[in-house]
Amino acid sequence: MNSVFVYCEIEGKTVADVSLELLTKGRKLANTLGVQLECICAGAGLEGVEKQVIPFGVDRVHIFDAEGLFPYTSNPHTALVVNLFKEEKPQICLMGATVIGRDLGPRVSSSLHSGLTADCTQLEIGDFEMNVKNADGEMVKKQYTQQLYQIRPAFGGNIVATIVNPEHRPQMATVREGVMKKEVLDANYKGEVIRHDVAKYVPETEYVVKVLDRHIEKAKHNLKGASIVVSGGYGMGSREGFDMLFELAKELHAEVGASRAAVDAGFADHDRQIGQTGVTVRPKVYIACGISGQIQHIAGMQDAGIIISINNDPNAPINTIADYVINGTVEEVVPKMIKYYKKNSK
Amino acid sequence: MSLKIVVLAKQVPDTRNVGPDAMTPEGTVNRAALPAVFNPEDLNALEQALRLKEQFPGSTISVVTMGLPKSAEVIREALYRGADEGYVITDRCLGGADTLATSYTLSQAIKKIGGFDIILGGRQAIDGDTAQVGPQIAEKLGLTQVTYAEEILELNPDTRKIIIKRHVDGGVETVEAPLPLVVTVNGSAAPCRPRNAKRVLKYKNATAPAERTPEQAEAMAELVAKKPYLNINQWGAADIDADPEQIGKTGSPTNVKAVKNIVFKAKESRTMTASDADIEGLIVELLDSNTIG
Repeated sequence: MNSVFVYCEIEGKTVADVSLELLTKGRKLANTLGVQLECICAGAGLEGVEKQVIPFGVDRVHIFDAEGLFPYTSNPHTALVVNLFKEEKPQICLMGATVIGRDLGPRVSSSLHSGLTADCTQLEIGDFEMNVKNADGEMVKKQYTQQLYQIRPAFGGNIVATIVNPEHRPQMATVREGVMKKEVLDANYKGEVIRHDVAKYVPETEYVVKVLDRHIEKAKHNLKGASIVVSGGYGMGSREGFDMLFELAKELHAEVGASRAAVDAGFADHDRQIGQTGVTVRPKVYIACGISGQIQHIAGMQDAGIIISINNDPNAPINTIADYVINGTVEEVVPKMIKYYKKNSK
Repeated sequence: MSLKIVVLAKQVPDTRNVGPDAMTPEGTVNRAALPAVFNPEDLNALEQALRLKEQFPGSTISVVTMGLPKSAEVIREALYRGADEGYVITDRCLGGADTLATSYTLSQAIKKIGGFDIILGGRQAIDGDTAQVGPQIAEKLGLTQVTYAEEILELNPDTRKIIIKRHVDGGVETVEAPLPLVVTVNGSAAPCRPRNAKRVLKYKNATAPAERTPEQAEAMAELVAKKPYLNINQWGAADIDADPEQIGKTGSPTNVKAVKNIVFKAKESRTMTASDADIEGLIVELLDSNTIG
């Protein structure tokens, strides 16, 4: 009872990375709370889907397998989650901050009257005290233990807020892809598989929206939506020079971008070009490596929250819009950033 | 067939243009330093409503907003661009509402308006970026929803079905849904048409009662008697039969426990060397401020 639940998003028969990342995080939260980790897999033709999720430490997999559950539509998925939660009474429910999670989460939270926090960047368990009204209408201090801290940027990314939902269950949160780390716990983990009778949870009347047509392309990267971008310029010297940027990006859960000069020189693929003629990015952090900062490049990244410029030319134009200027060569600075990130991150 | 269309709009602080004075020294948001604007994606929603109105003559567009009395500004803006009437939901007891209490309040207002065929709103508001209020209103009204809409392709008045192109992760999808329903519209959808000069002249003196000074109130009462369209409807919690337990802070399951300012001083750049101490110091600082995870 009162488990941690993850709603797994499934494209065809494949569980989305964001869901596996949430299972990894959910396992840690469940360990802290001393409860089980459970997940929901809903779709069509899901034989063997449990093999994709159990290794992440899932104790119970709830499978809803029926025609009409794929492609996703709002009402049937809401019905099965809400009706299952009425039975299982989870204390926490995590979903991807994807189109599906952001369509489903609010509907479920409205139906269950529970709090939902969108786009969390951190999830922690903690205790706190809050003023609440008692039966006589007086304000009194009340202690809450082992609550989910839902930490997210707010107000256009200018503040970080910690949200709690002390009086309502489940505590719901969505998290974007790439924010949490994905780690298999144990390839031989033993989890229970429960195949539910979908008709018991989803009345026929819920199948109201018909998907007429779908075009899904597998994206090579998500430069546009990345919260951290590591970007290289002509100063990277070669295609091989970009390798260390990919390495730094992997550590930071970032995407790699490039200036037009670097793309024209063949150091990076065209679809990674940032600037007026390429992609416009608005990440939280933009790390410009060996980029001088032509106007056309700046147009595509000036809205970044924090700009870090690494350049051995102290007069590079990009330094004038950077929050941090590191005077040095990329060959020296980038490996040090990787080293000290590994040393200091949890 | 004519349609009764409801458009949800929100007046938001313009978080896209945050200047150095946007935060107070105490680290709280200095709302006074940020201009209040029509939430951008709500304008995309209004455009889809206006297109339906053109396609189905006789249709009406009612714009609903919840906020302070001055949020009537977005109603006027919508009237200038082609909406027919507006409702400002304002009441002290609605303050501090999270998305759930907000959607309850708005759904009560929409019920009171009644008879709607389609409810349109922006996908999300730029001050919260949650995208929750649309789906929550749909759930509270017992309607289905189409989120992340790019374009309404077709509305069949006989079958009362609507066909919508929408964004999904990594692609696009075309769906067919029955009326009535809630549709939330993406920022990448068609931009809203500009103000119409004739409508600006017609509606520039339209106000909600709470916006009027006591001196203006009397003159407005006479004017509104002659020109009822100059009155922007204003409802409080009691007018929409709102349950006091479900509105404002009381009706909000989520609580803000702490707020931390992470704004680095705007472009006061810090210069450092490539030394180990400088690089490690930077990494630790970025980790401590949750800037990198």
